Amino acid sequence: MYKVYHRIDQIAGNVITLNAPGVSYRELAEVTSPEGTSLAQVIRLEGRRVSLQVFAGSRGVSTDAKVRFLGHPMRTSFSEALLGRIFDGSGRPRDNGPTLEENMIDIGGPSVNPAKRIIPRNMIRTGIPMIDVFNTLVESQKIPVFSVAGEPYNQLLARIALQAEVDVIILGGMGLKYDDYLFFRDTLEEAGALSRTVMFIHTAADPTVECLLVPDVSLAVAEQFALNDKRVLVLLTDMTNFCDSLKEIEITMEQIPSNRGYPGDLYSQLAARYEKAVDFDTAGSITILSVTTMPGDDVTHPIPDNTGYITEGQFYLRNGRIEPFGSLSRLKQLVNKRTREDHRTIMNTMIQLYAGYRETLEKQAMGFRMGAWDRKLLKYGELFERELMDLSVNIPLEQALDTCWKILAECFEPPETGVPTALVEKFWPKTRIEESASGEADRPAGDAQSPAAEEKAEAGKAVAAEASDKETTTGREREAERSRAEDEAAQTGSESSQEKKDTPPESGGH
Amino acid sequence: MAENIGKIVGINGNLLTVEFELPVRQNEVAYAILDNLRLKSEVIRIRGRYAELQVFEDTTGLRVGDAVEFTGELLSVELGPGLLAQIYDGLQNPLPALAEECGFFLKRGTYVPALDRSRKWQFTPVVSRGDMVSAGHALGKVPEGIFEHLIMVPFAMAGRYRVAEIRPEGEYTIEEEIAVLEDEKGKRHPVSMVQRWPVKRPVRCYAERLRPTEPLVTKIRIIDTFFPVARGGTYCIPGPFGSGKTVLQHLTSRHADIDIVIVAACGERAGEVVELLREFPELTDPRTGKTLMDRTIIVCNTSSMPVAAREASVYTAVTVAEYYRQMGLDVLLLADSTSRWAQALREVSGRLEEIPGEEAFPAYLESVIAAFYERAGVVRLYDGRTGSVTIGGAVSPAGGNFDEPVTQSTLKVVGAFHGLSRERAEARRYPAIHPLESWSKYAGVADAEQVEYARRFLRRGNEIYQMMKVVGEEGTSVEDFVTYLKAEYLDAVYLQQDAYDEVDGATPAERQKYVFERMIRILKTPMSFKTRDEARRFFQDLVQLTRDWNRTPMDADEFKQIEEKIEKAVAGVTRYV
Repeated sequence: MYKVYHRIDQIAGNVITLNAPGVSYRELAEVTSPEGTSLAQVIRLEGRRVSLQVFAGSRGVSTDAKVRFLGHPMRTSFSEALLGRIFDGSGRPRDNGPTLEENMIDIGGPSVNPAKRIIPRNMIRTGIPMIDVFNTLVESQKIPVFSVAGEPYNQLLARIALQAEVDVIILGGMGLKYDDYLFFRDTLEEAGALSRTVMFIHTAADPTVECLLVPDVSLAVAEQFALNDKRVLVLLTDMTNFCDSLKEIEITMEQIPSNRGYPGDLYSQLAARYEKAVDFDTAGSITILSVTTMPGDDVTHPIPDNTGYITEGQFYLRNGRIEPFGSLSRLKQLVNKRTREDHRTIMNTMIQLYAGYRETLEKQAMGFRMGAWDRKLLKYGELFERELMDLSVNIPLEQALDTCWKILAECFEPPETGVPTALVEKFWPKTRIEESASGEADRPAGDAQSPAAEEKAEAGKAVAAEASDKETTTGREREAERSRAEDEAAQTGSESSQEKKDTPPESGGH
Repeated sequence: MAENIGKIVGINGNLLTVEFELPVRQNEVAYAILDNLRLKSEVIRIRGRYAELQVFEDTTGLRVGDAVEFTGELLSVELGPGLLAQIYDGLQNPLPALAEECGFFLKRGTYVPALDRSRKWQFTPVVSRGDMVSAGHALGKVPEGIFEHLIMVPFAMAGRYRVAEIRPEGEYTIEEEIAVLEDEKGKRHPVSMVQRWPVKRPVRCYAERLRPTEPLVTKIRIIDTFFPVARGGTYCIPGPFGSGKTVLQHLTSRHADIDIVIVAACGERAGEVVELLREFPELTDPRTGKTLMDRTIIVCNTSSMPVAAREASVYTAVTVAEYYRQMGLDVLLLADSTSRWAQALREVSGRLEEIPGEEAFPAYLESVIAAFYERAGVVRLYDGRTGSVTIGGAVSPAGGNFDEPVTQSTLKVVGAFHGLSRERAEARRYPAIHPLESWSKYAGVADAEQVEYARRFLRRGNEIYQMMKVVGEEGTSVEDFVTYLKAEYLDAVYLQQDAYDEVDGATPAERQKYVFERMIRILKTPMSFKTRDEARRFFQDLVQLTRDWNRTPMDADEFKQIEEKIEKAVAGVTRYV
């Protein structure tokens, strides 16, 4: 019943153009050529000229390839049978299971009516103090991990996924290294979480266009689970690859690029995906945790920049730690007023003092004499990094807050902290902790000898080693850079505080 | 009326190329027909027999050859009683009504009238038969929440009219005829309580525009004292992500001393709108005792909603603002964020294959932004009362770099600039308005000379801080060090404000004046310390004390007590010459 077309006029990039009447916008077609069969989607109509984006890429597509239009836009199957399964970007099984074809749903559906959303109210506990205390993760939040290649971001993602109390985990992998894909699969399997997980994986070796479909398919499925009262956590890694695929397609289509070659609608494209995060009034929820690797560790690059404007905060992962500066959970104030009364004050006080510590580190590096206040800050900073920032620390929120008070009492007098008098009276520990005072001398923070840091370094090395398969030099360099940075962290402070100082407030001004 | 039907010949994203036969108008509204759906669109370019239309919805499924129905009307909004407390999308569809019809999702092609057709309003005429009226002149009034909503002669009716008929006091729906006006030629025009107005044209039914002079109190100290906004003025808040633009706008929408607040959430997060629309009905407006929602209208076209409607949303919002201004009310329009609106222009411009300007923004960006902000202002109406529209626009510059085109075009046309800084936000110094880079051309609540003194002090403090980074603390004289600490003190207890504290979160003008004078006195007090550490310790205590003071209500006994403590502490270190 469907007419088959044989004459392709133009093949450029992954886009083929042919003459066909009566085709509808965004309709799917099947392109059969000697290379095999691939799906393709209509991305432009001009009179009878139809431009199709071929999912498997245009390599090997012949000018007489068969094109059959299917009469419907991109769809995916949805049912409980998805759980435990692994698919590629266009929905074909990647495991050895059967192809699913019942209950097809459209992907990239309409946006949720803001009037039907509710204010997020549930905290997602992760056991990571840098998240729980300082930048609380909230159900229905959309938040990326800003990182650079070589950092253990996938490990972090997997750990949060396993500890978070959710019903369904959906992993959307874009341009994943094959090892990373296996890492996720094995980690989830070992923890017994595979049976509540659906994976849509596009690996670095797969055609670019399929990468574009991963978020849409993942989120369409997530939406259906959420409508069925499930709390869904969607993990998207790495969104930078998604954006690069967008760029590739836009350039092929000869559209005018806006910023560093990226399309002008990058913001809208990203927003359409991230905004699927939702807490439904009378049903489940979708929480999106993604990874954005920043090209050149530059947060002003269009990808992290546009992402930051869309998401509800971000976690900076640097040197294997979640940075307190720059990291931000916009929704934290919705939940941290109900955790414990001291939560907010502790959060602000600790960060302000830590900022002071970073300043002192800089002064120290420049060889200035350390005053009494500086020495206090140095002690504080070391304790803070060891007891809270280390990614291996795994304690519940309440315990983390107690640790904060202990650290404060260890280093300062109450007025030095600026904590309101009422809270000081209630929470300020009456006695100092002895053990941390003695432990401080022989175990400086960030030391690669501590078991936790060792573990991290291992993980980092594994990732770096994988990278070195492809780009030997850069992989090694990064690894070296990374461990160097880790060693020096305690003495020189991290990049973010350097940046902070590099752009001081202007004294001229108006 | 003959139907004007065109035919689709090309589709690219949300841009349609349509072949037409009968005349069409630039910017007229058309509907693309997809089976039983009608997708709203707007003509944005005409070339020969082809019109290019931007569709306000997703275009999936449209085919070449599908029909397009031209309406001959420009993109307009409905104006009448019932706008207040509503939540609209960019095309003025009430979102709660859409939710009732379509459930969780925004189904495309579904349009609901902006105003309730069945609700009855208690109408009282204010003119009588034979009176002469013109556009914008009040015919009657209805109570709408806390305001008297004036029913005016439709703005589009040019010339003078004689009131031929006017309905007596009673209950009417908005579509019922409430008056008949007769023009000079004797033609009769029936008038109801609702009128339509094209969004991109400013309403000009007033006697004259005045200079904005009266400060608009936002209860945010750094704004009101240092970088004030005037009623009828314009200001912009550029800042990188995470610097608190939206929080600042929400605080302003909550505390501003103004009659009506219109929030245009343009291309931003849906979650932020939800906070407003779930919280405002619960919050009390201290001025009226009613809920904040009663004085608020939300126009939201969040980032995942169709891009073309995003562009329309800011115009929808400003048109509604002008409508209430015509009743002699003071309206504050908060647009968050104008960058998203500019990006929408860019997307469309790109699809039209126009020659791009800087960063691919269209060359007409500047004039479009200028025209938008120019719709703010204080006006004297025909009956002598004044009304105002104040516009505050958030700007989200790419990479936090203020040199980009949207920020620069905006800076040229606004009266105040509240530049947010990433450094201040990361140091948790909220509100993160940069005290040295921001500026305002308006008069504030505090004495101008004292403000200038405080700013000089802040600048000097920063200079010392910069110097100290080079020469170290020990290379700085104790005197300079104290100056630096004083500047930091002013920053910590006056510029910074705890938005989540009930008292500190909103400082009325009276209190600002009082506290600011006290601050100036402290800054001017000569102090002597033996060591830098002693000085630092003193100021740490003083900050603590003053912050407690900020959290104390002004009428509480404690307020006086803490004030005395502060005075005593300062007197303890004062150097008597």
